[in-house]
Formats: sequence, structure tokens, C-alpha cells
Amino acid sequence: MSLLVAFSFPMGSTALRRAWKVVDLPSKATRAAAIPCHNAPPRVDTQVNTCLLFSVTNVFDALAAESRRLILDELAERDGQALYELCARLTMKHGLNLTRQAISQHLEVLEAAGLVRSARDGRYKFHYIDASPLEEAVRRWGKTTKEGK
Amino acid sequence: MTIRIGVTSVLVDDQDKALAFYTDILGFVKKDDVPMGRHRWLTVVSRHDLEGVRLVLEPDEHPAAAPFKEALVADGIPFTSFTVEDVHAEHDRLRALGVRFTQPPVAMGPVTVAVLDDTCGNLIQIACKA
Repeated sequence: MSLLVAFSFPMGSTALRRAWKVVDLPSKATRAAAIPCHNAPPRVDTQVNTCLLFSVTNVFDALAAESRRLILDELAERDGQALYELCARLTMKHGLNLTRQAISQHLEVLEAAGLVRSARDGRYKFHYIDASPLEEAVRRWGKTTKEGK
Repeated sequence: MTIRIGVTSVLVDDQDKALAFYTDILGFVKKDDVPMGRHRWLTVVSRHDLEGVRLVLEPDEHPAAAPFKEALVADGIPFTSFTVEDVHAEHDRLRALGVRFTQPPVAMGPVTVAVLDDTCGNLIQIACKA
């Protein structure tokens, strides 16, 4: 499966999550075809940039929904929450009228973007915020701004 | 019409263990203990309301109980909720007794709630007015 096929699945679908898990490193030919920039030779740095572009897209898609931003807000306030606590916070503190399934799907989108990680602790499952993909995404333009001054 | 709530129940994996936890740790008082086949009709009540609603510590033998309980626990969902005067104080007291909380006290609008593990396969919420 190529990276492009993997990313063509709709965000947050189980198909996407499966694709994430089974995706192999693409062959050289596939990688070259996947790179949108025609002038640059398919060198390693270009490939890295291409991969980064995709992950940046995921990050900002994930952040595009207010519900998902609120989930990150609540995890930032207290990291390592069970689904129940997140549901309670969104309902009681923010008045959101979302089903548990909907919140679970929002968490899947955040996980696919690398912004949330979930981990089993014995019989419990907790969710943790991970802002590193966001820092990665912002770094590109943060650097440009400083040099432009 | 005189219908009212007399008992409610939690499904426990071991009645002896449950009785110890619900009395010695949580602080309920044993009310009924009647042999019934391989198990007992085992209930506890609040020490502040000895004639109040009884909590049945009911064996979770039915095959559907295990996957149901596991799924609730995995998502952090409490099986039931008890009322306390002060969730923070109760949390500190129970933590000192070695009780595991999956959720520390959190203010949720009009209530403050915390969630603990009853060691019998359930999560239990404790709640008070915020």
C-alpha cells in the first residue's frame, strides 16, 4: 500500500487507522511519484518534507473542529483521562450534546494526527495529549518569521 | 401507590471480598446476610441511614456480566454513584487506605465527582454538590 492510498481514506475512519498500522515504506518508484515537486530530485530531505506535509494536514484537519480543540483543552488541564471523564467534562463544562461514540470518533481523529495517545493501564484505558506534531507543524513558519525580521 | 426503591445492586466477582471492601473501606454497614444456594443474599446500608436503601452485593455469575463490566471499566464508566458530603475529603481518606482512583475529584458544573475501583470488577463514582 502506498502512502497516498493510506492518506486518501477519510479522516478518523477505522479504515484510516488500519491503513496507518499496515502501511509499509513505499518503494523508491512510489516515493518519487508521491513527491509533488517536479524540479527537486527525490532526495531524502524532499521525501521527509512530503511526509511532514501530510502529517501537517492531519494535524490541522484534527484541530479544525471545536469539539476536538475542547478535548485537547481538557487533556491539557488534566492529562491521562478515561473516555468517561472526557465525556463528562465536555457535557457538564461545555454543554456539548455529543454521544459517547461521537467523542470516541473525535479521539480517533486526534490519535491519527498524533495529537492524542491512548494507553492501557491494566483494565483501564487513558488518553494523553501530545503537542509535538503541532510544534513540528508550527516550526516551519516560526523559523521563516524570525529570519524575515 | 407506594412504590419506592428498596434495594439496588452491584455485580461483584466475590461476595466475601466485596463485603470487606464495601464495609471496611467504603464504610457501609452489613444489613442482610442470608444463605441462598451457593451464594448469599448480602446487603449493606449507609451507617447514616440504617433503614434506608440496601445495596445488594450480587454475584456476577451470568456470562454476559464479565464482558459488560470489562467494557465499562476500560472506558472509565462507573457502574453506579454514591453520595458523600465532601468528595475531596473522601478521596484523600480512601487513597490513604490504598484505593485506586481512575479519576480524582473534578468539578463538573453543579457537582464534584471522582471515580474509584471497588476491586470487585466495578468503577464507582462518588459525588457531592460542588
